[in-house]
Amino acid sequence: MAEAVLELKGIRAGYGSVEVLHEVDLSLRRGSVLAVLGSNGAGKSTLLRVAAGLHPLGSGSVLLDGRRVANWSPDRLARHGLCLIPEGRGVFPRLTVRENLWMSTHLGVTRATAEEIAFARFPRLGERRDQMAGTLSGGEQQMLALARAVIVRPKVLLVDELSMGLAPQLVDSLYDSVRAIAADGVSVLVVEQFARAVLGMADRAAIMVSGRVVHQGTPAEVEEHLSSAYLGG
Amino acid sequence: MQQFFSYTVSGLGTAAIYAIAAAGLVLTYTTTGVFNFAHGATSMLGAFTYWEMRFAWHWPAPVALIVCLGVLAPLFGILLERGVMRHLDNSSETTKVVTTISLMLGLLGLSLWLWNPSRSRPFPRFWEGDVLTLAGVRIPYHVVATLAVTLLVALGLWLVLKRTRFGVSMRAVVDDRSLVALNGARPHVISMASWSVGTVLAATAGVLIAPTLKLSALPLTLLVVNAYAAAVMGKLKNLPLTFLGALVLGLATEYFRGYQSSLPFSDKFVPGFLASVPVIVLLLVLVLGRSPLRGHAITRVRETVQRPTWAGSAGMAVGVVLVAALLSDVIPRTDLFTLGRVWGLGIIALSLIPVVGYGGQLSLCQMSFAGVGMVMVQHLGSQGNPLALVAAIVVPALLGMIVALPSFRLSGIYFALSTAAFAVLMDRWIFLLPRFRFLGLDWDIFNGGSLDLRRTRFFGLSMEGNRVFFIYGAAVFALVSVAVVGIRRSNYGQRLLALKDSPAACATLGMNIKVAKLGVFAVSAGLAGLGGALYGQGMQSATTESVQFVSSLTLLMVMVVAGLSSPGAALFAGVFLGFGLNNVIFGKIADFVPDRLGWAEHFFDKLGSNTLIVVGLAGLSLGRHPDGFVATRLRPRWDQILARPHALLGIGGTLVVAYLVRIAGLINNWLFAIAAIIVLTVVPAAIVPRPKHSAEHGLADDGEEVMIRAGARGH
Repeated sequence: MAEAVLELKGIRAGYGSVEVLHEVDLSLRRGSVLAVLGSNGAGKSTLLRVAAGLHPLGSGSVLLDGRRVANWSPDRLARHGLCLIPEGRGVFPRLTVRENLWMSTHLGVTRATAEEIAFARFPRLGERRDQMAGTLSGGEQQMLALARAVIVRPKVLLVDELSMGLAPQLVDSLYDSVRAIAADGVSVLVVEQFARAVLGMADRAAIMVSGRVVHQGTPAEVEEHLSSAYLGG
Repeated sequence: MQQFFSYTVSGLGTAAIYAIAAAGLVLTYTTTGVFNFAHGATSMLGAFTYWEMRFAWHWPAPVALIVCLGVLAPLFGILLERGVMRHLDNSSETTKVVTTISLMLGLLGLSLWLWNPSRSRPFPRFWEGDVLTLAGVRIPYHVVATLAVTLLVALGLWLVLKRTRFGVSMRAVVDDRSLVALNGARPHVISMASWSVGTVLAATAGVLIAPTLKLSALPLTLLVVNAYAAAVMGKLKNLPLTFLGALVLGLATEYFRGYQSSLPFSDKFVPGFLASVPVIVLLLVLVLGRSPLRGHAITRVRETVQRPTWAGSAGMAVGVVLVAALLSDVIPRTDLFTLGRVWGLGIIALSLIPVVGYGGQLSLCQMSFAGVGMVMVQHLGSQGNPLALVAAIVVPALLGMIVALPSFRLSGIYFALSTAAFAVLMDRWIFLLPRFRFLGLDWDIFNGGSLDLRRTRFFGLSMEGNRVFFIYGAAVFALVSVAVVGIRRSNYGQRLLALKDSPAACATLGMNIKVAKLGVFAVSAGLAGLGGALYGQGMQSATTESVQFVSSLTLLMVMVVAGLSSPGAALFAGVFLGFGLNNVIFGKIADFVPDRLGWAEHFFDKLGSNTLIVVGLAGLSLGRHPDGFVATRLRPRWDQILARPHALLGIGGTLVVAYLVRIAGLINNWLFAIAAIIVLTVVPAAIVPRPKHSAEHGLADDGEEVMIRAGARGH
């Protein structure tokens, strides 16, 4: 069994006095793709936010590359190779496309290289380089958000519901990009409501229901439990 | 023509200073999302600090400039970010506004503490008397220098914000703070830099403008209102437009000043009008601007307490009147005279509850309505005519509806600014107007700056005496507090709360938002007018100073600290400001300090005489108790005590015993007052366990965070 690059052990977290994650255990193996499925409100996004340092951890531990990183600030985690593409549109709407890409250079890439990589992967962004990100279409905004992952080549990429509010065709092409990033050796954890979009590219999968992981295994094993676990995808 | 050029030169100089001040305001707003009401106070503090080094300590000007603007100002900015602004992440716009208002009051208090306001401090211009002559036009050196500094600032800001990654990150922080962190940048470092630059710009503007004004704390602090106008012209985000706005404003002010003798109206109306030009421009830009300006919705639901009950409110009302009646017997008549104003101030504080507490419309001009109420009593109530009180309600109510009109197209910070502009307009111009004839009538609005107010007679029953006025004031306060609770419990009150939560949802449900807003402003302005009338009658005279903009801010802050939705908080505000509780408490502490600790005695004496600094500091600690201490601390405990008859009996009994002991002359008023305060506040806290936060509270917090994130995405 390959070693884990990101390990979440006994994660508990919540909002105020309401706990929404109850002892979640998940581990992401180096160079693999893990898909976490679950219906709306299962706690998937909170889990990713906890892992990325955006949401306080109640109890449990987070290990990145074997190092305890619980309660690290999000920027420190980012500098140590963790990259979260957040739910919704992970772009700065009032900055131009180029300025958005410039923001990805905090981790040591030059501005020119960043643009070269991003425009090569997503030529559409090149056409819109001086446009405000807020005026891009939903799909283009997700491309811009993903471009960051392409540019910084993190150890671990966390992707939160790329499909949100987008046409299925667009979703497929965005996940093609994620697949390409994974093929480059980046370990990826994707969270999705729509199983169909991600099961094909995952090495392993898990199902979350009401803040707990109820099934884990290969995509084929997990797929069997899908309909009983929730009526999505 | 020569004259025109010389006005233009001085106009450019003024414009340049406005531009620097406004640029700092816009910079911090765009990069941190906080509209800094304390920007002017920072300018003021910068000017005073520079004066101290340059003229009191006789440092050479370059050294003083470098230390003041290059070292202290950035440090102060960093301190602000670390100590105050950082805790405002994810809080609502209201909380942000209120925090910076506290800061403004606190800094104002600090400067009054450090620099005795009654001393005059001459502050000569830079290169006083040196003039550059260019094509026959005489340009003073200091104008040249000011213009050069402004150009440097404009160029520097443009370069940093557009051409450096750090500047782009500064802009990115406003869009999505956590995404900046996910990119690996440090948002707090970026915010610190923003606040440093903003503070340096504020201090620079202060040092440049202080020589043209007097070195006086309040005018310098309110200078920022002029900069607001320029900043709003740039919609608080566009720096070139802000500079253009400053230019228009500076030139307009100087041309008016220069050509005032040829204006069609008499000279004596001009000074007030001149001072009001920037405010009038601000109002015009806000009201007539091309697109409606919407701030972020007020997302924090202040009211986490349950709806007040009739029984509880009636109990409090009866209790207030009873206690007032009992107290009026033991307090000396001269003190009763001073205390008469407690109720008027309390009612003005109550008037904030419907409009801010329920309706979520930030009104910064409540004392101006109170002033109009006083004016009505002056002009109509000379014989103690009760109809004057009716006018003191109706006229401010009508005025309130006019002030509410901009709220149809403005919201959040922009609407708050329009009420501030109204308050400053009243302060600088309307209340200061000399006697004039209009529509065939003689008008002397504020009676030359000081009103002489007769107490009311009701059908031969006079409220003249200090004792009867004290009880009568308590009764009116009690009635108004029940009325305010009535509003909260009514259908209309529910609609106001809904309006605060989501104007859009209210509109889609078919509610007439405009009528609701007009109504709540009319009610609250009317109540403020009534409160003003009683406040003035309590003191039997009033000056324009008692109703100025800063008083509105102070009252609002005390209410915010105590809790904007509870009548108990209004009672506290009335007692705190009317009784001078601050002075009493810290004065007493100073008395108890042993003589050998002279510095401590001095410290507490100063603290006692400086309400602004105490209110400011209390407001700054707001982050921890955003619902006010009356609502979150006292009330839940009293609710539990009301449910325990033996505790209630014990507290009541103790009070009665204390009162009897006082009547018997065994203790003096101070001991009685201290005993009463301990019994009413500390004892409930000691005998009742601290109420646990309910699950709903947690959900409310969560809801807020989600809403704020949704709002951020929507922009």
